[in-house]
Amino acid sequence: MSLTAAPANPQVLDVLSRLFVSLPHATTLGMRYVGTVGRKPTLAIDWHDDLVGNPASGVLHGGVITSLVDTTSAVSVAAQLPDFETIATLDLRIDYLKAATPGRAIYCTAECYRLASQVAFTRAVCFHDSADEPIAHGIATFMRESSPVPMVGEAVK
Amino acid sequence: MSDFTERFNRLRDEKNYRAIIDAIPYARLMGVEFGEEGEEGALLFTLPFAERNVGNTTLPALHGGLIGGFMENAALIHLMWNRESLEIPKIVDFSLDYLRPGRPQTLFARCEITKQGKRVAHVLIEAWQDSPEKPVAVARAHFLLATNTN
Repeated sequence: MSLTAAPANPQVLDVLSRLFVSLPHATTLGMRYVGTVGRKPTLAIDWHDDLVGNPASGVLHGGVITSLVDTTSAVSVAAQLPDFETIATLDLRIDYLKAATPGRAIYCTAECYRLASQVAFTRAVCFHDSADEPIAHGIATFMRESSPVPMVGEAVK
Repeated sequence: MSDFTERFNRLRDEKNYRAIIDAIPYARLMGVEFGEEGEEGALLFTLPFAERNVGNTTLPALHGGLIGGFMENAALIHLMWNRESLEIPKIVDFSLDYLRPGRPQTLFARCEITKQGKRVAHVLIEAWQDSPEKPVAVARAHFLLATNTN
């Protein structure tokens, strides 16, 4: 028995993880997909001077962490989905536990810990080296089947 | 007082909105603008539509994280504008409810300082597009005002 379950549908995770980091604002932030262990994906954003929020310290803007948590959490839902569907963030809360270190990449690992029929519940942690030393913690909910317009075209699948 | 807060306070007194945004790299990257509105001079934040801010290309819609970043940035500037900050307030937590998709058009936001204590401030933020009665998102943030113990 393995300790970590495989993605519910590897193709859904593969396509949606690539889609989510290719969206215009994700590429603006330089977001990248690191990989998924079991059903817990990790994404990262490298430090860049365009992304700073505190010019006195060089610390990244909290909004960058918000986008990273939102996107990684969405990918964690994708790891639980049996088939393609459109999801949309319903709400999001971020706790900023300590300042990120200027110059260093920020990683985010998320988990969809409950996939209900209409809503998905996620938790995420942002860190530099290890999730045991978190920079930020995020919880979010997503609406499932949020739009009749699919997020991915048939050609992408 | 940090160099940045000193500079912020000076730019505020000069009403140099543009230079304040230019001093915050990610706010400049998003394309944020702001100014004072009406007789009371309440701050109105504006985010003209830009392709690089999209998070859903098929609808299309603004990126949810970007909407959050825009609102969090608005809260920080609103707070610094309305008090004599010695340091940049430090965000503690941020809670955001998405009510409608952000369509590919200008997004607006305004803030309200619900409570300002000695150590912590509570700020409400609303963002909308066509009308303030139809918010795209509502949020609230807590900021630490003095961080000299850390």
